[in-house]
Amino acid sequence: MKTFALTCLATTVLGAGIANAQTLVYCSEGSPEGFNASLYTAGTTFDASSKNMFNRLVEFEYGSTNIVPGLAESWDVSDDGLTYTFNLRQGVQFHSTDTFTPTRDFNADDVIHSFERQWLDDNPFHDLSGGNYEYFEGMGMGDLLADIERVDDYTVRFHLNYPEAPFIANLGMDFASIMSLEHAEAMMEAGTPDEIDLRPVGTGPFQLVDYQIDAIIRYAGFDDYWAGAPALEQLIFSITPDASVRYAKLQAGECHIMPYPNPADIADMQANPDITVMEQEGLNVGYLGFNTEREPFTDVRVRQALNMAVNKQAIIEAIFQGAGTAATNPLPPTIWSYNPDVEDYPYDPEAARALLAEAGFPDGFSTNIWAMPVQRPYNPNARRMAEIIQADWAAVGVEAEIVTYEWGEYLNRSKNGEHDTVLLGWTGDNGDPDNFLYVLLGCDAAVDGTNRARWCFEPFNDLLLEAKRTTNVAERTALYEEAQVIFKEEAPWVTIAHSVVFKPMRNEVQGYRIDPFGGHIFYEVSLAE
Amino acid sequence: MLRFALTRLTLVIPTFIGITLLTFALIRLVPGDPIEVMAGERGVNPERHAQLRAELGLDRPILEQYWDYIRDVLSGDLGASVVTKTPVIEEFAALFPATLELAICAMIFALAIGLPAGIIAGVRRGSIFDHSVMGLSLTGYSMPIFWWAILLILLFSVTLGLTPVSGRISVIYWIEPVTGFMLIDTLLSGEDGAFRSAVSHLILPAIVLGTIPLAVIARMTRSAMLEVLGEDYIRTARAKGLAPLRVIGLHGLRNALIPVITVIGLQVGVLLTGAILTETVFSWPGVGKWILESIHRRDYPTLQGGLLLIASMVILVNLTVDLLYGVINPRIRHGR
Repeated sequence: MKTFALTCLATTVLGAGIANAQTLVYCSEGSPEGFNASLYTAGTTFDASSKNMFNRLVEFEYGSTNIVPGLAESWDVSDDGLTYTFNLRQGVQFHSTDTFTPTRDFNADDVIHSFERQWLDDNPFHDLSGGNYEYFEGMGMGDLLADIERVDDYTVRFHLNYPEAPFIANLGMDFASIMSLEHAEAMMEAGTPDEIDLRPVGTGPFQLVDYQIDAIIRYAGFDDYWAGAPALEQLIFSITPDASVRYAKLQAGECHIMPYPNPADIADMQANPDITVMEQEGLNVGYLGFNTEREPFTDVRVRQALNMAVNKQAIIEAIFQGAGTAATNPLPPTIWSYNPDVEDYPYDPEAARALLAEAGFPDGFSTNIWAMPVQRPYNPNARRMAEIIQADWAAVGVEAEIVTYEWGEYLNRSKNGEHDTVLLGWTGDNGDPDNFLYVLLGCDAAVDGTNRARWCFEPFNDLLLEAKRTTNVAERTALYEEAQVIFKEEAPWVTIAHSVVFKPMRNEVQGYRIDPFGGHIFYEVSLAE
Repeated sequence: MLRFALTRLTLVIPTFIGITLLTFALIRLVPGDPIEVMAGERGVNPERHAQLRAELGLDRPILEQYWDYIRDVLSGDLGASVVTKTPVIEEFAALFPATLELAICAMIFALAIGLPAGIIAGVRRGSIFDHSVMGLSLTGYSMPIFWWAILLILLFSVTLGLTPVSGRISVIYWIEPVTGFMLIDTLLSGEDGAFRSAVSHLILPAIVLGTIPLAVIARMTRSAMLEVLGEDYIRTARAKGLAPLRVIGLHGLRNALIPVITVIGLQVGVLLTGAILTETVFSWPGVGKWILESIHRRDYPTLQGGLLLIASMVILVNLTVDLLYGVINPRIRHGR
């Protein structure tokens, strides 16, 4: 026991550096929930699984929301928008594990397996690992799909129940990762069905080597990757939940890249000669929604006036401390079809007061502001933000009471429309403008509640519906641009901010790009010798 | 002695029931629906909501849920995590050695410094040393663990580069868990430098976790020593002309240790709760960090099971201390 104590107290050993030249250590923020992305919704899980171990039929171009071919080399869409035919890539190999070696390449059966497992209750693999496919359900895939047809080994046809242009973007999402049917069958036969999701087999650039719960995940570069072997021989996720500690590890050279820095540390990081800080606007929007079913917010002049009464720049400075930009549109600027010509309401309390008087409220009125109890990327401190807005509105005669509930309760009550005005936000799922505009502002969403403004405006909604029916990106862009103009005129929200994502990394990291979806992707990354 | 042990053992049963009730009720008293929290801004439609509640068993009356839970616990089934789907007991078994290893090292650190400091302070009452020990231990006792940890990391790891920042071992070593104790596993692996790396990773977390117990032990030892040194038999021993070291070591310390042992037993609970913060700061893959994460994820089975297991450990240690106490001091086992 004495020697044990002495060893515990010995203070002589240096922290070891990182040995292999092409071993990248990423200080991830938490443990993955599992390795089958279709079962989960957390970004931490996607980083550890789908982003680096799997492919999808279509992929998002590295660092953008543009769609490029993945396991499908090309695809055709029928004129009625109901049939999508995918031509699959040939010669794509799956990973191996200790208990499984693939005997065939990727083909149409794997595609059908990956979707039918999530879709059909009677699929033999459907109930594995709890059988909850939150994203598949959440994106309405079950209602959308009519049939998946195997045309031949390398051709698959998806039949839809109604035209839905964002479908193709859905196929680029994490839940749509393609898994090996052969592996699933082999594990089922061997009586170890748990292995299917614990050690899943994909086609991506990195394969899972080892996971020690809550501590470390090891991946090896997959030499037979269809797009060419990654430059990194080893990829290591060193799980480090505290942001200050992640930064300390980055400084000490114990990791190369870290996510989610403390905003307060950014200036220090930028001043550090060993560290590069990349930044980009996040794929999100924070807003204040007016309940347009309630007086006086049924009057567009009131909504416009309260837009003009808010000093957005002060909010950005006080709440985001540089980690946010003022939002004009409900879409973030990183998404295609963002309309840069839309002009925001100026901060003008005088004009706001005049407009309120015109609307019949020369002395203002009383209302409430709901403030979220949690931190979100698009709103790091809702309570403080509500206080600033409260003061701004008081200056034009509008008295607002701040209301808050526990998070689950808050979401539920605001979905039921119990608020006058509500602070909330959204992070994009698939990089399609529909995923912001229709989900947050469409008429259907005003009924089911994700449209917290409960704003159903036919001319706006018609544009969105038309954009769902055409797959031509140029046409869709024009429609969404017009929709953003209408949105601004009608002012169902005060658009507040898009967060800015910071990614600190050591200087030797090369080729890294920030994923607009918030993921961490290492295929094209290498380390300078 | 047997009667004493049995009385102590029967007291464990109501404590145990109390713990199950408390863990079960507390997490359900937290307002908000776990399914709404899981779904976030995206929301979940009412049918799906009902279906998920049914799957988690949350739709049944609360007493029924509790009854089922107790029945499962008694048959040794703590359920499986709703997130990872792994049995709670399996995850606990994988993580507990890390917590235990850290706790043992922290305790050794606390004893190695706390006991001698307390003894010397007690013997040299009123000296500068005594005042320093009391002042420092008060500081240590009231130090926020999180802040203290970050401070040490910034000094020793970032500025001086003497110790690694966090984790159990450098990522260059790939140690397969055999016993789960990194110090032992690294020795078994025979990999060059792995043991040194494991030791260097233990230093800061052990110091941070051991700080509060150290302060408590030092203060307790000092006051116990003071009390004992004022006893008649010490004066007698001194009058007999015994060497001062012998008086303090044999007659003083031995008797002063009894209350100190009780305090040490109580510190085990402190170590396990302190582990939640320490493990989070040092990315230490133990049960503390695991439980914290299960709260964020509203993972009821993990939280309930984890707390129950940790509480059982604390009960077990305190029971052992009680019994030991009875062995050391016959007055206690016979006292009615």
